[in-house]
Amino acid sequence: MSTTAPATTTPATTTPAPLPVDDTDAFGEEVLGDPGPFHAALRDAGPVVHLSRYDVYALGRYEQVHAALVDWQAFASGAGVGLSNFRREPPWRPPSLLLETDPPHHDAPRVVLEKVLSPRALRRLREQWAADARDLVDEVLREEEFDAVPAIAEAFPLRVFPDAVGIGTEGREHLLPYGDHLFNAFGPANSLVARGAPRRAEHGAWVDAQCAREALRPGGFGAAIWAAADRGDITPAQAPLVVRSLLSAGVDTTVQGLAALLHAVATHPAQWARLRAEPRLARVAFDEAVRWASPVQLFFRTATGDVRIGGAVVPDGEKIVMFLGAANRDPRRWERPDEFDLGRDPSGHVGFGMGLHQCVGQHVARLEAESVLQALLERVETVELAETPRRHLNNTMRAWASLPLRVRRR
Amino acid sequence: MGEQRDARTRPGAGSEAGGTVLRVVARELTAGDVVVLVLADPAGDRLRDWAPGAHVDLVLPGGVVRQYSLCGDRYDPLTYRVAVRREPAGRGGSAHVHDHLAVGDLVGVGGPRNTFPLVPAQEYLFLAGGIGITPLLPMIEQAERLGADWHLAYGGRSRAAMPFLADLPGDPARVSVHARDEGRRLDVAALVAAAGPQARVYCCGPAGMVADAERAAAGRPPGSVRTERFSAAAQAAPVRSDPFEVVLARSGTSVVVDASTTVLQALEGAGARVLSSCGQGLCGTCETAVLEGVPDHRDSVLDDAERAAGDCLLVCVSRACSGRLVLDV
Ligand code: HEM
Repeated sequence: MSTTAPATTTPATTTPAPLPVDDTDAFGEEVLGDPGPFHAALRDAGPVVHLSRYDVYALGRYEQVHAALVDWQAFASGAGVGLSNFRREPPWRPPSLLLETDPPHHDAPRVVLEKVLSPRALRRLREQWAADARDLVDEVLREEEFDAVPAIAEAFPLRVFPDAVGIGTEGREHLLPYGDHLFNAFGPANSLVARGAPRRAEHGAWVDAQCAREALRPGGFGAAIWAAADRGDITPAQAPLVVRSLLSAGVDTTVQGLAALLHAVATHPAQWARLRAEPRLARVAFDEAVRWASPVQLFFRTATGDVRIGGAVVPDGEKIVMFLGAANRDPRRWERPDEFDLGRDPSGHVGFGMGLHQCVGQHVARLEAESVLQALLERVETVELAETPRRHLNNTMRAWASLPLRVRRR
Repeated sequence: MGEQRDARTRPGAGSEAGGTVLRVVARELTAGDVVVLVLADPAGDRLRDWAPGAHVDLVLPGGVVRQYSLCGDRYDPLTYRVAVRREPAGRGGSAHVHDHLAVGDLVGVGGPRNTFPLVPAQEYLFLAGGIGITPLLPMIEQAERLGADWHLAYGGRSRAAMPFLADLPGDPARVSVHARDEGRRLDVAALVAAAGPQARVYCCGPAGMVADAERAAAGRPPGSVRTERFSAAAQAAPVRSDPFEVVLARSGTSVVVDASTTVLQALEGAGARVLSSCGQGLCGTCETAVLEGVPDHRDSVLDDAERAAGDCLLVCVSRACSGRLVLDV
């Protein structure tokens, strides 16, 4: 697959190139704790590498990851975007109508959600979220040292997002563990999945109950989705699953997106100073943090035929893992990729994916991050780590459990 | 900065009028005085994705913009197919396509955009009048793929004047042909009344036929009858091929955007930091507020009302109809 020729399913006529093999456990604690060295090895080994431990094909370079993301014809989502292959085993929950479907089924839910979450639809939330962020930051800054994961990264999305969706206030503590398990379940059935399994049904039942029409307040994203069902744009049977996609994909992701941003600025004082001088870089800063940290590290696809990638052939029906985190640090695409740098243009990063399935909630994530960052910029002179931060391991997310910060207030 | 951009995120090369340009790779005259064009990217890149019901804008000489439904195969990422009927009373757009546009020529393209999307249903009734068949062709293909129950009633002056008739299944349970010269009138009201209560009706054809379908919609559930007129309202102002000025309101600077650059590139050149993502007018990341001037929307995101409001622009692909555009940058 070169940069100019799209990936095709045309049968390979020439002998396929030999396929590099890597037997690292891509979901082992070592890699999850520090994926950088594994990602580098993957990129350097070739455009596509066979991960023998899971018998899947891996893409680590930006060029191939981008090409696979946009080529929905050759790289299907309908057989699951995790390791599990729905062609061979049943999904653990009813598949997402967005994430885990292909056209034509993907079309209608996507059209509806794009509209509900469009920048224009979010304009009405901008002022409220800015005020909410200021309130939260005021509360947090009563102390000069705090753990930014619970205090900001979790607190802010939990304060604004469930309200924006329109769910009730009871039981919101289910949201984070539900999402954590979901993102673990895109990986292999390892100890992380086992840890979440006992309470999976309980969290799932609560989330499902929030998706019913009666559970959703008027004026929220959820009610807007049901209104689309009333207009016939989606079916009444689809509406709750579309709401579910917000509750699944919209909480943990932004928590870790915010955590990544806070970690980035706390460890790059010069970049924080630059932001202070140019607060309008807030949007760029968040996307640069998403590129730099890739809170969502990977998604899978399934080959819809024998797919040629960089001279090698991935056989029909096989799973392909796209390491978004590796692509976002590929030196073939980015200069000094490991630096968090507000001077660069992060546009085109694949932290939100690309193509038909590109994150439909990206404008929500950006607005949340911008609100928080602006509030912090107004009140915080300097920010640094107070202690060594601690990772939270997840099969597909790059996450922080704890991020102790020390700030100097203005 | 100075990173190399992936070929597929780079906006299309410039044309006379700027923006995305495709090449005519095949051309065929078919029934009903209709020319079928197949368009492809000059560099062989993927085209922007689309779904049944979508149309593209063709930017024709003199800044004339005409909308044509995509009637090809969405599973082929490399080509678009459109069908252009010669309009005797037309304002020159279709005549240009018929008389001058040849294989190998380049043509400016905006979109695709979908104001006529196919919604999920078990049963569809498709009503086509003449060239109105074009958006329905991919819908029929999709209904078939989904295993839905569907019927097409296709009306026209005579069989010889009805494009794509030969491509449709001969099964009368699926397709009924209503050629006026055979005395078989297409009774929209009766067909809609006979459709199942859960059926979704899609109608595209001349104004009278569409009005009949809209009347027949009364009493059916909301959203169950969807129509498209192919005499789409003309664009507010013709697309300009001359360079235009973009003013960055916050810094007070201004730049000239000529056909070889995009507004996004021009803004970046002027030192502005505008975040973008897909580079194709699909994701909405680069949406920028318009303070003055008339946008020339080439994206796939904004709907008719949002376009008409004229208050925002997807700067990665969209341009200006007016000589000056003031952006909130
Ligand atoms: C920093 C925060 C976020 C990150 C890093 C992120 C990342 C992603 C990525 C990489 C995809 C592509 C999946 C694929 O290609 O298979 C995606 C899809 C999706 N995201 Fe996000 N996301 C974030 C926030 C959100 C939010 C706030 C919402 C909801 C409001 C959301 C809802 C979704 C949905 C529904 C999809 C599926 C779209 C489709 O398949 O068409 N995400 N996200």
